[in-house]
Amino acid sequence: MDSALIIEKSIFIVVIFAVTMLMAMYSTWAERKVAAFLQDRVGPNRAGWGGLLQPLADGLKLFAKEEFEPNTPNKFLFFVGPGVAMATALITSAVIPWGDKLEIFGRTVILQATDIDVSLLYIFGVISVGVYGIMIGGWASNNKFSLMGAVRAASQMVSYEVAMGLSIIALLMMSGSLSLRAITEQQHGMDWNVFYQPVGFLIFLICAFAETNRTPFDLAECESELIGGYHTEYSSMKMGFYLFAEYANMFISSTILAVLYFGGYNYPGMDWVGIHWGTNIATLIGIAVLFVKICAFIFFYMWVRWTIPRFRYDQLMNLGWKILIPLSIINIMITGICILAFK
Amino acid sequence: MATSIQNISLSGKKKQVSHKEMTFWERLYLVAIIKGLLITIKHFFRRKATIHYPEQVREFSPVYRGKHTLKRDEQGRENCTACGLCALTCPAEAITMKAAERKPGEEHLYREEKYAEIYEINMLRCIFCGLCEEACPKDAIYMTISKELVPAQYDREDFIYGKDKLVMPLEVAMANTKNLN
Repeated sequence: MDSALIIEKSIFIVVIFAVTMLMAMYSTWAERKVAAFLQDRVGPNRAGWGGLLQPLADGLKLFAKEEFEPNTPNKFLFFVGPGVAMATALITSAVIPWGDKLEIFGRTVILQATDIDVSLLYIFGVISVGVYGIMIGGWASNNKFSLMGAVRAASQMVSYEVAMGLSIIALLMMSGSLSLRAITEQQHGMDWNVFYQPVGFLIFLICAFAETNRTPFDLAECESELIGGYHTEYSSMKMGFYLFAEYANMFISSTILAVLYFGGYNYPGMDWVGIHWGTNIATLIGIAVLFVKICAFIFFYMWVRWTIPRFRYDQLMNLGWKILIPLSIINIMITGICILAFK
Repeated sequence: MATSIQNISLSGKKKQVSHKEMTFWERLYLVAIIKGLLITIKHFFRRKATIHYPEQVREFSPVYRGKHTLKRDEQGRENCTACGLCALTCPAEAITMKAAERKPGEEHLYREEKYAEIYEINMLRCIFCGLCEEACPKDAIYMTISKELVPAQYDREDFIYGKDKLVMPLEVAMANTKNLN
Protein backbone atom coordinates (compact mmCIF):
# COMPACT_ATOMS: atom_id res chain seq x y z
CA MET A 1 0.00 0.00 0.00
CA ASP A 2 1.56 3.30 -1.02
CA SER A 3 1.47 6.44 1.08
CA ALA A 4 -0.63 8.33 -1.48
CA LEU A 5 -3.42 5.83 -0.96
CA ILE A 6 -3.26 6.30 2.80
CA ILE A 7 -3.41 10.09 2.45
CA GLU A 8 -6.24 9.81 -0.04
CA LYS A 9 -8.26 7.52 2.21
CA SER A 10 -7.56 9.66 5.29
CA ILE A 11 -8.79 12.79 3.56
CA PHE A 12 -11.83 10.94 2.30
CA ILE A 13 -12.67 9.57 5.77
CA VAL A 14 -12.36 13.03 7.33
CA VAL A 15 -14.61 14.47 4.64
CA ILE A 16 -17.21 11.75 5.17
CA PHE A 17 -17.07 12.29 8.92
CA ALA A 18 -17.56 16.03 8.47
CA VAL A 19 -20.41 15.52 6.02
CA THR A 20 -22.15 13.07 8.36
CA MET A 21 -21.86 15.51 11.26
CA LEU A 22 -23.09 18.38 9.10
CA MET A 23 -26.05 16.37 7.86
CA ALA A 24 -26.92 15.30 11.42
CA MET A 25 -26.66 18.91 12.59
CA TYR A 26 -28.84 20.25 9.87
CA SER A 27 -31.29 17.38 10.28
CA THR A 28 -32.14 18.85 13.67
CA TRP A 29 -32.79 22.18 11.99
CA ALA A 30 -34.75 20.51 9.19
CA GLU A 31 -36.78 18.50 11.67
CA ARG A 32 -37.90 21.64 13.44
CA LYS A 33 -38.60 23.42 10.18
CA VAL A 34 -40.58 20.51 8.72
CA ALA A 35 -42.52 20.07 11.95
CA ALA A 36 -43.37 23.74 11.95
CA PHE A 37 -44.38 23.82 8.30
CA LEU A 38 -46.60 20.77 8.64
CA GLN A 39 -48.32 22.50 11.55
CA ASP A 40 -48.77 25.86 9.77
CA ARG A 41 -45.98 27.53 11.73
CA VAL A 42 -42.65 28.96 10.53
CA GLY A 43 -40.16 27.27 12.87
CA PRO A 44 -36.81 28.65 14.01
CA ASN A 45 -36.07 31.84 12.10
CA ARG A 46 -34.12 34.11 14.44
CA ALA A 47 -30.57 32.72 14.42
CA GLY A 48 -29.16 33.46 10.99
CA TRP A 49 -31.05 33.54 7.72
CA GLY A 50 -34.08 31.24 8.03
CA GLY A 51 -32.72 30.00 11.36
CA LEU A 52 -29.73 28.37 9.68
CA LEU A 53 -27.45 29.04 12.66
CA GLN A 54 -29.91 27.36 15.01
CA PRO A 55 -27.97 24.04 15.22
CA LEU A 56 -24.85 25.96 16.28
CA ALA A 57 -26.82 27.78 18.95
CA ASP A 58 -28.30 24.48 20.14
CA GLY A 59 -24.88 22.85 20.28
CA LEU A 60 -23.44 25.79 22.19
CA LYS A 61 -26.31 25.60 24.63
CA LEU A 62 -25.80 21.87 25.19
CA PHE A 63 -22.08 22.38 25.80
CA ALA A 64 -22.73 25.15 28.28
CA LYS A 65 -25.35 23.24 30.26
CA GLU A 66 -24.63 21.82 33.68
CA GLU A 67 -23.59 18.19 33.60
CA PHE A 68 -25.85 16.25 35.91
CA GLU A 69 -25.14 12.70 37.01
CA PRO A 70 -27.65 10.52 38.79
CA ASN A 71 -26.52 8.66 41.88
CA THR A 72 -25.67 5.46 40.10
CA PRO A 73 -23.11 2.77 40.85
CA ASN A 74 -22.31 2.58 37.15
CA LYS A 75 -20.63 5.90 36.49
CA PHE A 76 -18.39 4.40 33.83
CA LEU A 77 -21.24 2.78 31.90
CA PHE A 78 -23.22 5.99 32.23
CA PHE A 79 -20.38 7.66 30.33
CA VAL A 80 -19.93 4.88 27.78
CA GLY A 81 -23.59 4.77 26.68
CA PRO A 82 -23.71 7.94 24.57
CA GLY A 83 -20.22 7.24 23.26
CA VAL A 84 -21.22 3.84 21.93
CA ALA A 85 -24.38 5.25 20.40
CA MET A 86 -22.41 7.97 18.63
CA ALA A 87 -19.54 5.74 17.50
CA THR A 88 -21.78 3.10 15.97
CA ALA A 89 -23.81 5.79 14.24
CA LEU A 90 -20.65 7.15 12.62
CA ILE A 91 -18.71 4.04 11.58
CA THR A 92 -21.48 2.70 9.35
CA SER A 93 -20.58 5.29 6.75
CA ALA A 94 -17.25 3.52 6.05
CA VAL A 95 -18.64 1.04 3.53
CA ILE A 96 -21.12 3.23 1.70
CA PRO A 97 -20.26 4.04 -1.92
CA TRP A 98 -20.76 7.80 -2.10
CA GLY A 99 -19.95 8.03 -5.77
CA ASP A 100 -18.31 6.26 -8.69
CA LYS A 101 -14.70 7.32 -9.24
CA LEU A 102 -12.93 10.61 -9.67
CA GLU A 103 -9.71 11.18 -11.62
CA ILE A 104 -7.48 13.66 -9.82
CA PHE A 105 -3.82 14.22 -10.87
CA GLY A 106 -3.82 11.00 -12.85
CA ARG A 107 -4.99 8.95 -9.87
CA THR A 108 -8.28 7.13 -9.81
CA VAL A 109 -9.99 7.89 -6.53
CA ILE A 110 -12.76 5.52 -5.55
CA LEU A 111 -15.33 7.37 -3.49
CA GLN A 112 -15.70 4.82 -0.75
CA ALA A 113 -13.72 4.48 2.46
CA THR A 114 -13.39 0.73 2.04
CA ASP A 115 -15.01 -1.70 -0.35
CA ILE A 116 -15.19 -4.88 1.69
CA ASP A 117 -17.02 -7.89 0.29
CA VAL A 118 -19.34 -8.22 3.25
CA SER A 119 -20.25 -4.54 3.62
CA LEU A 120 -23.94 -5.29 4.08
CA LEU A 121 -23.18 -7.74 6.88
CA TYR A 122 -20.82 -5.18 8.38
CA ILE A 123 -23.62 -2.60 8.44
CA PHE A 124 -26.00 -5.02 10.10
CA GLY A 125 -23.38 -5.91 12.67
CA VAL A 126 -22.71 -2.28 13.51
CA ILE A 127 -26.40 -1.46 13.74
CA SER A 128 -26.88 -4.34 16.18
CA VAL A 129 -24.08 -2.94 18.34
CA GLY A 130 -25.87 0.42 18.23
CA VAL A 131 -28.57 -0.86 20.54
CA TYR A 132 -25.93 -1.38 23.24
CA GLY A 133 -25.49 2.39 23.50
CA ILE A 134 -29.13 2.75 24.41
CA MET A 135 -29.16 -0.36 26.60
CA ILE A 136 -26.06 0.57 28.60
CA GLY A 137 -27.12 4.18 29.00
CA GLY A 138 -30.64 3.33 30.06
CA TRP A 139 -29.50 0.67 32.49
CA ALA A 140 -26.73 2.75 34.05
CA SER A 141 -29.09 5.66 34.64
CA ASN A 142 -30.54 3.88 37.68
CA ASN A 143 -34.02 5.07 36.74
CA LYS A 144 -37.14 3.03 36.09
CA PHE A 145 -38.20 5.09 33.09
CA SER A 146 -34.75 4.85 31.52
CA LEU A 147 -34.62 1.12 32.04
CA MET A 148 -38.08 0.71 30.56
CA GLY A 149 -37.08 2.76 27.51
CA ALA A 150 -33.88 0.78 27.13
CA VAL A 151 -35.67 -2.57 27.37
CA ARG A 152 -38.22 -1.44 24.84
CA ALA A 153 -35.52 -0.22 22.47
CA ALA A 154 -33.62 -3.48 22.76
CA SER A 155 -36.58 -5.78 22.18
CA GLN A 156 -37.87 -3.58 19.38
CA MET A 157 -34.54 -3.53 17.59
CA VAL A 158 -33.99 -7.25 17.99
CA SER A 159 -37.42 -8.11 16.59
CA TYR A 160 -37.21 -5.72 13.67
CA GLU A 161 -33.71 -6.77 12.75
CA VAL A 162 -35.07 -10.20 11.86
CA ALA A 163 -37.57 -8.83 9.37
CA MET A 164 -34.97 -6.41 8.04
CA GLY A 165 -32.48 -9.18 7.44
CA LEU A 166 -35.09 -11.35 5.73
CA SER A 167 -36.12 -8.50 3.43
CA ILE A 168 -32.47 -8.06 2.51
CA ILE A 169 -32.11 -11.76 1.67
CA ALA A 170 -34.56 -11.37 -1.20
CA LEU A 171 -32.41 -8.52 -2.48
CA LEU A 172 -29.24 -10.56 -2.10
CA MET A 173 -30.76 -13.41 -4.10
CA MET A 174 -31.07 -10.98 -6.99
CA SER A 175 -27.73 -9.25 -6.62
CA GLY A 176 -25.64 -12.27 -5.63
CA SER A 177 -23.25 -10.03 -3.70
CA LEU A 178 -23.01 -8.46 -0.27
CA SER A 179 -20.79 -5.64 -1.50
CA LEU A 180 -22.65 -2.34 -1.59
CA ARG A 181 -20.60 -1.19 -4.58
CA ALA A 182 -21.56 -4.27 -6.56
CA ILE A 183 -25.22 -3.80 -5.61
CA THR A 184 -25.06 -0.16 -6.69
CA GLU A 185 -23.37 -0.96 -9.98
CA GLN A 186 -26.09 -3.50 -10.81
CA GLN A 187 -28.66 -0.72 -10.59
CA HIS A 188 -27.12 1.20 -13.49
CA GLY A 189 -29.20 4.05 -14.89
CA MET A 190 -32.81 3.58 -13.90
CA ASP A 191 -32.52 -0.15 -13.20
CA TRP A 192 -33.30 0.37 -9.52
CA ASN A 193 -34.04 -2.47 -7.12
CA VAL A 194 -37.21 -0.85 -5.87
CA PHE A 195 -38.94 -1.77 -9.14
CA TYR A 196 -38.06 -5.46 -8.64
CA GLN A 197 -38.49 -5.57 -4.85
CA PRO A 198 -41.39 -3.24 -3.91
CA VAL A 199 -42.52 -5.42 -1.00
CA GLY A 200 -38.97 -5.91 0.19
CA PHE A 201 -38.46 -2.15 0.05
CA LEU A 202 -41.61 -1.55 2.09
CA ILE A 203 -40.55 -4.04 4.76
CA PHE A 204 -37.06 -2.59 4.85
CA LEU A 205 -38.46 0.95 5.14
CA ILE A 206 -40.73 0.03 8.06
CA CYS A 207 -37.88 -1.77 9.79
CA ALA A 208 -35.59 1.20 9.20
CA PHE A 209 -38.10 3.40 11.02
CA ALA A 210 -38.06 0.96 13.92
CA GLU A 211 -34.27 0.62 13.92
CA THR A 212 -33.73 4.36 14.11
CA ASN A 213 -36.35 4.69 16.88
CA ARG A 214 -38.36 7.19 14.90
CA THR A 215 -42.10 7.79 15.14
CA PRO A 216 -44.35 5.75 14.80
CA PHE A 217 -41.93 3.38 16.56
CA ASP A 218 -40.30 5.78 19.02
CA LEU A 219 -41.31 3.68 22.01
CA ALA A 220 -37.80 3.93 23.42
CA GLU A 221 -38.23 7.66 23.98
CA CYS A 222 -41.96 7.89 24.25
CA GLU A 223 -42.21 11.34 25.88
CA SER A 224 -45.81 10.97 26.96
CA GLU A 225 -45.32 7.83 29.04
CA LEU A 226 -41.60 7.45 29.74
CA ILE A 227 -40.58 11.13 30.10
CA GLY A 228 -37.55 10.75 27.82
CA GLY A 229 -37.05 6.99 27.84
CA TYR A 230 -33.41 5.95 27.91
CA HIS A 231 -32.06 9.51 28.02
CA THR A 232 -34.26 10.76 30.87
CA GLU A 233 -31.27 11.13 33.21
CA TYR A 234 -28.89 12.57 30.65
CA SER A 235 -28.04 16.22 30.42
CA SER A 236 -25.59 18.51 28.69
CA MET A 237 -23.60 17.13 25.77
CA LYS A 238 -24.17 13.49 26.72
CA MET A 239 -27.82 14.10 25.96
CA GLY A 240 -26.67 15.94 22.85
CA PHE A 241 -24.70 12.85 21.81
CA TYR A 242 -27.79 10.66 22.03
CA LEU A 243 -29.86 13.10 20.02
CA PHE A 244 -27.02 13.58 17.56
CA ALA A 245 -26.59 9.82 17.20
CA GLU A 246 -30.27 9.51 16.41
CA TYR A 247 -29.97 12.01 13.58
CA ALA A 248 -26.73 10.48 12.33
CA ASN A 249 -28.52 7.11 12.29
CA MET A 250 -31.34 8.64 10.33
CA PHE A 251 -28.86 9.98 7.77
CA ILE A 252 -27.09 6.63 7.48
CA SER A 253 -30.29 4.63 7.17
CA SER A 254 -31.55 7.03 4.51
CA THR A 255 -28.28 6.46 2.69
CA ILE A 256 -28.64 2.69 2.93
CA LEU A 257 -32.22 2.91 1.64
CA ALA A 258 -31.03 5.04 -1.26
CA VAL A 259 -28.11 2.74 -2.06
CA LEU A 260 -29.94 -0.58 -1.75
CA TYR A 261 -33.24 0.25 -3.38
CA PHE A 262 -33.00 3.60 -5.17
CA GLY A 263 -29.83 3.11 -7.16
CA GLY A 264 -27.34 5.00 -4.99
CA TYR A 265 -25.41 7.36 -7.23
CA ASN A 266 -27.04 6.05 -10.42
CA TYR A 267 -29.27 8.32 -12.42
CA PRO A 268 -30.87 8.09 -15.87
CA GLY A 269 -28.59 9.38 -18.61
CA MET A 270 -25.36 8.82 -16.68
CA ASP A 271 -23.67 7.13 -19.64
CA TRP A 272 -24.45 10.05 -21.93
CA VAL A 273 -23.03 12.50 -19.39
CA GLY A 274 -19.96 10.29 -18.93
CA ILE A 275 -19.22 10.21 -22.66
CA HIS A 276 -19.94 13.85 -23.46
CA TRP A 277 -18.82 15.74 -20.35
CA GLY A 278 -16.22 13.38 -18.88
CA THR A 279 -16.30 10.86 -16.06
CA ASN A 280 -15.48 13.39 -13.34
CA ILE A 281 -18.57 15.46 -14.03
CA ALA A 282 -20.69 12.33 -14.30
CA THR A 283 -19.38 11.25 -10.88
CA LEU A 284 -20.00 14.65 -9.31
CA ILE A 285 -23.56 14.66 -10.62
CA GLY A 286 -23.86 11.12 -9.22
CA ILE A 287 -22.83 12.32 -5.74
CA ALA A 288 -25.34 15.16 -5.96
CA VAL A 289 -28.04 12.71 -7.04
CA LEU A 290 -27.25 10.43 -4.11
CA PHE A 291 -27.54 13.34 -1.69
CA VAL A 292 -30.83 14.41 -3.23
CA LYS A 293 -32.14 10.88 -2.65
CA ILE A 294 -30.83 10.89 0.93
CA CYS A 295 -32.43 14.25 1.66
CA ALA A 296 -35.70 13.03 0.19
CA PHE A 297 -35.63 10.05 2.55
CA ILE A 298 -34.76 12.24 5.53
CA PHE A 299 -37.67 14.47 4.64
CA PHE A 300 -39.87 11.39 4.41
CA TYR A 301 -38.78 10.31 7.90
CA MET A 302 -39.78 13.71 9.25
CA TRP A 303 -42.99 13.85 7.24
CA VAL A 304 -44.06 10.50 8.70
CA ARG A 305 -43.04 11.56 12.20
CA TRP A 306 -45.39 14.53 12.15
CA THR A 307 -48.24 12.56 10.59
CA ILE A 308 -48.63 9.22 12.34
CA PRO A 309 -49.22 8.70 16.06
CA ARG A 310 -47.10 6.24 18.03
CA PHE A 311 -47.90 2.53 17.98
CA ARG A 312 -48.91 0.74 21.13
CA TYR A 313 -46.26 -1.68 22.34
CA ASP A 314 -48.23 -4.85 21.61
CA GLN A 315 -49.15 -3.50 18.17
CA LEU A 316 -45.47 -2.94 17.49
CA MET A 317 -44.60 -6.52 18.40
CA ASN A 318 -47.57 -7.87 16.44
CA LEU A 319 -46.51 -5.96 13.36
CA GLY A 320 -42.93 -7.14 13.65
CA TRP A 321 -43.38 -10.81 14.41
CA LYS A 322 -46.78 -11.70 12.95
CA ILE A 323 -46.89 -9.58 9.82
CA LEU A 324 -43.47 -8.40 8.64
CA ILE A 325 -41.56 -11.65 9.17
CA PRO A 326 -44.10 -13.90 7.38
CA LEU A 327 -44.42 -11.28 4.66
CA SER A 328 -40.67 -11.17 4.12
CA ILE A 329 -40.49 -14.97 3.97
CA ILE A 330 -43.23 -14.98 1.33
CA ASN A 331 -41.27 -12.29 -0.47
CA ILE A 332 -38.17 -14.49 -0.47
CA MET A 333 -40.18 -17.40 -1.90
CA ILE A 334 -41.71 -15.30 -4.65
CA THR A 335 -38.31 -13.84 -5.50
CA GLY A 336 -36.88 -17.34 -5.74
CA ILE A 337 -39.68 -18.51 -8.03
CA CYS A 338 -39.25 -15.46 -10.26
CA ILE A 339 -35.48 -15.99 -10.49
CA LEU A 340 -36.05 -19.64 -11.48
CA ALA A 341 -38.71 -18.73 -14.03
CA PHE A 342 -37.02 -15.80 -15.77
CA LYS A 343 -33.30 -16.56 -15.63
CA MET B 1 -94.84 8.97 13.44
CA ALA B 2 -92.71 11.51 15.24
CA THR B 3 -88.95 11.18 14.74
CA SER B 4 -87.34 9.76 17.80
CA ILE B 5 -84.99 12.01 19.74
CA GLN B 6 -82.00 9.82 18.86
CA ASN B 7 -82.21 10.68 15.18
CA ILE B 8 -82.32 14.45 15.56
CA SER B 9 -79.11 16.23 14.59
CA LEU B 10 -79.32 19.99 15.04
CA SER B 11 -75.78 20.57 13.86
CA GLY B 12 -76.13 18.20 10.91
CA LYS B 13 -72.83 16.60 11.88
CA LYS B 14 -74.19 13.68 13.83
CA LYS B 15 -72.70 10.36 12.81
CA GLN B 16 -73.91 6.92 13.74
CA VAL B 17 -71.15 4.85 15.32
CA SER B 18 -70.75 1.58 13.49
CA HIS B 19 -68.94 -1.53 14.54
CA LYS B 20 -68.64 -3.07 11.12
CA GLU B 21 -65.70 -5.29 10.29
CA MET B 22 -62.83 -3.45 8.66
CA THR B 23 -62.13 -4.35 5.07
CA PHE B 24 -58.78 -5.73 4.00
CA TRP B 25 -57.53 -2.35 2.79
CA GLU B 26 -58.60 -0.68 6.02
CA ARG B 27 -56.83 -3.30 8.08
CA LEU B 28 -53.68 -2.90 6.02
CA TYR B 29 -53.35 0.63 7.47
CA LEU B 30 -51.08 1.68 4.60
CA VAL B 31 -53.90 3.43 2.73
CA ALA B 32 -54.78 5.37 5.84
CA ILE B 33 -51.13 6.36 6.29
CA ILE B 34 -50.92 7.64 2.71
CA LYS B 35 -54.13 9.63 3.21
CA GLY B 36 -52.68 11.13 6.37
CA LEU B 37 -49.43 11.98 4.61
CA LEU B 38 -51.35 13.75 1.86
CA ILE B 39 -53.21 15.82 4.45
CA THR B 40 -50.03 16.89 6.22
CA ILE B 41 -48.21 17.73 2.99
CA LYS B 42 -51.08 20.05 2.08
CA HIS B 43 -50.36 21.95 5.27
CA PHE B 44 -46.70 22.14 4.30
CA PHE B 45 -47.55 24.52 1.47
CA ARG B 46 -50.30 26.38 3.24
CA ARG B 47 -49.90 30.01 4.30
CA LYS B 48 -48.49 30.15 7.83
CA ALA B 49 -50.58 31.57 10.63
CA THR B 50 -47.57 32.98 12.48
CA ILE B 51 -47.30 36.71 13.14
CA HIS B 52 -43.61 37.62 13.49
CA TYR B 53 -44.24 39.53 16.68
CA PRO B 54 -41.72 42.28 17.25
CA GLU B 55 -41.67 43.15 13.54
CA GLN B 56 -45.33 42.53 12.80
CA VAL B 57 -48.05 43.45 15.21
CA ARG B 58 -51.51 42.00 15.12
CA GLU B 59 -54.20 44.61 14.59
CA PHE B 60 -55.91 45.55 17.84
CA SER B 61 -59.64 45.55 18.30
CA PRO B 62 -61.06 49.04 19.00
CA VAL B 63 -62.01 47.98 22.51
CA TYR B 64 -58.74 46.16 23.25
CA ARG B 65 -57.32 46.98 26.69
CA GLY B 66 -53.56 47.32 26.47
CA LYS B 67 -50.98 49.67 27.99
CA HIS B 68 -52.46 52.66 29.78
CA THR B 69 -52.12 56.16 28.41
CA LEU B 70 -52.48 59.37 30.40
CA LYS B 71 -54.15 61.67 27.94
CA ARG B 72 -53.44 65.29 27.08
CA ASP B 73 -56.12 67.71 25.96
CA GLU B 74 -56.20 69.46 22.59
CA GLN B 75 -53.68 72.08 23.75
CA GLY B 76 -51.25 69.44 24.96
CA ARG B 77 -51.98 69.81 28.69
CA GLU B 78 -52.25 66.81 30.97
CA ASN B 79 -55.81 65.93 31.90
CA CYS B 80 -55.04 64.12 35.14
CA THR B 81 -55.76 66.03 38.35
CA ALA B 82 -54.54 63.33 40.72
CA CYS B 83 -57.96 62.86 42.28
CA GLY B 84 -57.09 59.26 43.07
CA LEU B 85 -60.34 57.70 41.89
CA CYS B 86 -58.51 55.28 39.62
CA ALA B 87 -56.30 54.13 42.49
CA LEU B 88 -59.39 53.78 44.66
CA THR B 89 -61.29 51.70 42.15
CA CYS B 90 -58.34 49.55 41.11
CA PRO B 91 -59.11 46.00 42.34
CA ALA B 92 -55.46 44.99 42.04
CA GLU B 93 -53.98 47.94 43.92
CA ALA B 94 -51.74 48.66 40.98
CA ILE B 95 -51.98 52.45 40.81
CA THR B 96 -50.28 54.94 43.07
CA MET B 97 -49.79 58.70 42.72
CA LYS B 98 -48.70 61.86 44.45
CA ALA B 99 -50.52 65.12 43.84
CA ALA B 100 -48.89 68.53 43.46
CA GLU B 101 -50.12 72.10 43.00
CA ARG B 102 -49.65 73.85 39.68
CA LYS B 103 -47.26 76.80 39.93
CA PRO B 104 -47.82 80.00 37.97
CA GLY B 105 -46.31 79.66 34.53
CA GLU B 106 -47.16 75.98 34.26
CA GLU B 107 -50.60 76.54 32.75
CA HIS B 108 -49.44 75.17 29.40
CA LEU B 109 -48.48 71.88 31.09
CA TYR B 110 -51.41 70.99 33.32
CA ARG B 111 -55.07 71.73 32.67
CA GLU B 112 -56.20 72.29 36.26
CA GLU B 113 -54.66 73.63 39.46
CA LYS B 114 -53.75 70.20 40.74
CA TYR B 115 -51.78 67.56 38.87
CA ALA B 116 -50.05 64.24 39.46
CA GLU B 117 -46.40 64.76 40.30
CA ILE B 118 -45.81 61.03 40.43
CA TYR B 119 -48.12 58.56 38.77
CA GLU B 120 -47.13 54.90 38.76
CA ILE B 121 -48.82 51.74 37.60
CA ASN B 122 -47.35 48.39 38.52
CA MET B 123 -47.95 46.34 35.40
CA LEU B 124 -47.31 43.10 37.28
CA ARG B 125 -50.28 43.85 39.52
CA CYS B 126 -52.52 45.31 36.85
CA ILE B 127 -55.17 42.91 35.59
CA PHE B 128 -56.20 45.12 32.67
CA CYS B 129 -59.83 45.21 33.81
CA GLY B 130 -60.40 48.80 32.68
CA LEU B 131 -62.05 50.00 35.87
CA CYS B 132 -59.61 52.94 36.07
CA GLU B 133 -60.87 54.12 32.68
CA GLU B 134 -64.45 53.94 33.90
CA ALA B 135 -63.70 55.72 37.17
CA CYS B 136 -61.79 58.64 35.70
CA PRO B 137 -63.90 61.84 35.82
CA LYS B 138 -61.38 63.88 33.86
CA ASP B 139 -61.08 61.74 30.74
CA ALA B 140 -57.41 61.21 31.59
CA ILE B 141 -56.62 57.49 31.59
CA TYR B 142 -57.28 55.24 28.61
CA MET B 143 -56.27 51.68 27.84
CA THR B 144 -57.47 51.53 24.26
CA ILE B 145 -55.54 54.31 22.57
CA SER B 146 -51.91 53.21 23.03
CA LYS B 147 -52.39 50.13 20.81
CA GLU B 148 -49.46 48.60 22.67
CA LEU B 149 -48.89 45.61 24.91
CA VAL B 150 -46.78 45.72 28.03
CA PRO B 151 -43.64 43.90 26.88
CA ALA B 152 -41.68 41.33 28.86
CA GLN B 153 -38.80 42.55 31.05
CA TYR B 154 -36.03 40.95 33.06
CA ASP B 155 -36.46 43.00 36.25
CA ARG B 156 -39.52 43.49 38.39
CA GLU B 157 -38.64 47.17 38.77
CA ASP B 158 -38.99 47.65 35.05
CA PHE B 159 -42.67 46.81 35.25
CA ILE B 160 -43.45 49.87 37.37
CA TYR B 161 -44.42 52.38 34.73
CA GLY B 162 -44.00 56.02 35.65
CA LYS B 163 -45.22 59.14 33.91
CA ASP B 164 -42.35 58.92 31.43
CA LYS B 165 -43.94 55.81 29.93
CA LEU B 166 -47.60 56.54 30.58
CA VAL B 167 -48.22 60.13 29.51
CA MET B 168 -49.13 60.52 25.90
CA PRO B 169 -46.23 62.13 24.00
CA LEU B 170 -46.80 65.79 23.22
CA GLU B 171 -46.31 65.34 19.49
CA VAL B 172 -49.02 62.71 19.38
CA ALA B 173 -51.42 64.98 21.24
CA MET B 174 -50.70 67.87 18.89
CA ALA B 175 -51.10 65.65 15.86
CA ASN B 176 -54.46 64.52 17.19
CA THR B 177 -55.49 68.14 17.63
CA LYS B 178 -54.47 68.94 14.07
CA ASN B 179 -56.59 66.07 12.80
CA LEU B 180 -59.57 67.38 14.73
CA ASN B 181 -59.43 70.85 13.15
